[in-house]
Amino acid sequence: MEPSETKHSLSLWERVRVRVPGLLILACGNPSRGDDSLGPLFLERLAELREQRGDWDDVELLADFQLQIEHAVDLEGRALALFVDAGMSGPAPFQFTRLQPARDISYTSHALSPAAVLHVYQQINHALPPPAFQLAIRGERFELGEPLSSVAEANLVAALAFTCRLLERRDAATWDQWAFV
Amino acid sequence: MSALETAAHPERLCRVAIDPLSRVEGHGKVTLLVDRDHHIRQARLHIVEFRGFEKFIQGRPYWEVPVVVQRLCGICPVSHHLAAAKAVDQLVGAKEITPTAEKIRRLMHYGQTLQSHAVHFFHLASPDFLFDFDDPTAHRNIGGVMADFPDIARQGVRLRKYGQEVIRVTAGKRIHGSGTVPGGVNKALTLQERNYLLTDLDLMTQWARNILKLIKQAYALNPGYFTHFATIRSNYLSLVRDDRALDLYHGGLRARNDKGEILFDHLDYRRYAQVLREQVKSWSYMKFPFIHSLGPDKGWYRVGPLARVNNCDFIATPLAEEERREFMALGEGQPVHLTLAYHWARMIELLHAAEAIQELLLDPDIFGDELVVRGEMTREGIGVIEAPRGTLFHHYRINEDGLIEKANLIVSTTNNNQAMNESIRQVAEHYLDGKELTEPLLNQIEVAVRAYDPCLSCATHALGQMPLHVELVEESTGEMVDCLVRDADGTVRNEAFPLPLGAG
Repeated sequence: MEPSETKHSLSLWERVRVRVPGLLILACGNPSRGDDSLGPLFLERLAELREQRGDWDDVELLADFQLQIEHAVDLEGRALALFVDAGMSGPAPFQFTRLQPARDISYTSHALSPAAVLHVYQQINHALPPPAFQLAIRGERFELGEPLSSVAEANLVAALAFTCRLLERRDAATWDQWAFV
Repeated sequence: MSALETAAHPERLCRVAIDPLSRVEGHGKVTLLVDRDHHIRQARLHIVEFRGFEKFIQGRPYWEVPVVVQRLCGICPVSHHLAAAKAVDQLVGAKEITPTAEKIRRLMHYGQTLQSHAVHFFHLASPDFLFDFDDPTAHRNIGGVMADFPDIARQGVRLRKYGQEVIRVTAGKRIHGSGTVPGGVNKALTLQERNYLLTDLDLMTQWARNILKLIKQAYALNPGYFTHFATIRSNYLSLVRDDRALDLYHGGLRARNDKGEILFDHLDYRRYAQVLREQVKSWSYMKFPFIHSLGPDKGWYRVGPLARVNNCDFIATPLAEEERREFMALGEGQPVHLTLAYHWARMIELLHAAEAIQELLLDPDIFGDELVVRGEMTREGIGVIEAPRGTLFHHYRINEDGLIEKANLIVSTTNNNQAMNESIRQVAEHYLDGKELTEPLLNQIEVAVRAYDPCLSCATHALGQMPLHVELVEESTGEMVDCLVRDADGTVRNEAFPLPLGAG
């Protein structure tokens, strides 16, 4: 038998706005493509750390294969956002930068850059997105079926340690000071 | 098959390449061979098929497959998840899964169809409908749509998000979900989850109806263009339900010829190899499937929304059925062959997906507790599903230890390989031939490819931003005499005479 009805007064979008934790950490990558798994692995280990510590309540961890337009909706109601991905060309062990909304080449594709996601946010909400940063963890090998490389593993450990520091000081002004120019 | 597939003397012709790259879906490019009078002599779409994955899953235990195959594609992981799950059902002897399991899977699948069709139309294809071909490339993209039609762009994002929420709720999480397990699913819905998904559904349905109105308006404004652009006559292949209704999750294989006559019907998809063959061509990495009884020249077919709407006898949800009837009137008793009608059919399916989600959410079976059935193990399993882009085949054989011994995946883009080639040749012949090649003309090739929404559509939609080289070669010496380059950032320059275009 069907359970009895209950009625929500708020729509999905309204509830997204009122319920979301202040900080969104959004990691991308394909776990089956070597060091492209850095993003999802980062999130997995951060989740384990959160469980051990139990004091990062206002943080949401979200993984996806690649950034797409609807991630702009995931940014709604946030005070701060951190995009995490494997980087192929940046410095090792990682690069931490401030992001600004931008319409770049990824804009018309199925896989957006973090800057393009911020731009979509701006377009659909007619407002500035929350302060957003990118943590690009340096990877070396991205072939299908490869395991995480030892270099990437070391970079991941360093990136996690840095993120623990970020989580101790969850404000854009402090993160700005720590960001690479 | 078009005469433009292979030129008589390719060495004497100028080569034009539209060569995009993409992250996970494979690579694709279009090459044109053009003579000095600008006549197109050869047009080919090359797609690098993603075959490595079949090797990758060999040796893995069968129960891992529905989860692992989601990593095949970042665009429609749920299609691969469900096609693999249906194959694994057969491996574990689950001849019929429980009503709860089937309805949860259907819900997941319709959620995926809704989000995939939404992102394709609103964010990749809508510029083709809303802006002219000669609109500046910097504007003729989703950025321009957001600036000029902000409501449409916003609806696209929200529809996409809604579909993702359906997937998250049914699969447990948004990606790498393990919603299906061998022989069923691992969870039913809770009342709270059901109510959460119902809340905004009327809005999604209304937006789907609105976009159909927009498409019909665009068609009415320029019927000649929609009727002729990239249009080809073809056979059509899809699943249909037992009562011949549109069904995206399960059914028998049905094929029609270009006149609408049934070639085969209700064929058990596990017998697909009896009716379909794959042809190899020296110039392409991707195979060319065809209906065996018709042979490779006449047996190629189309799959996807256009094929499904053409193939079914009706749609079981009322609003989408009303739209289907209006759509089919275009064909005057025959299938609708208009390639741009893929978008129209896609939006009919989007509306159907919204209606089907509502029906499923109101069905008490989704709260059931009978989730899994098992039977006698078998060594071979074949799962077929109508993915957003078309019919998707997953075929596995396992050894006595339950490890994958052999895998064969035929993806939608492969099924449409010959059809996409035929469409670009039609465009080349009717819109490009004899003209000096310009960017807007080359963009028309991309519009044709994009109608099919192949997995590389993300790349082909990077209008004005794909690396593009146009070389004019002296026939007698083979020496390049001119070269037009479009860089990834959209800058167009002449490499032989390096002044910015328009500077002289």
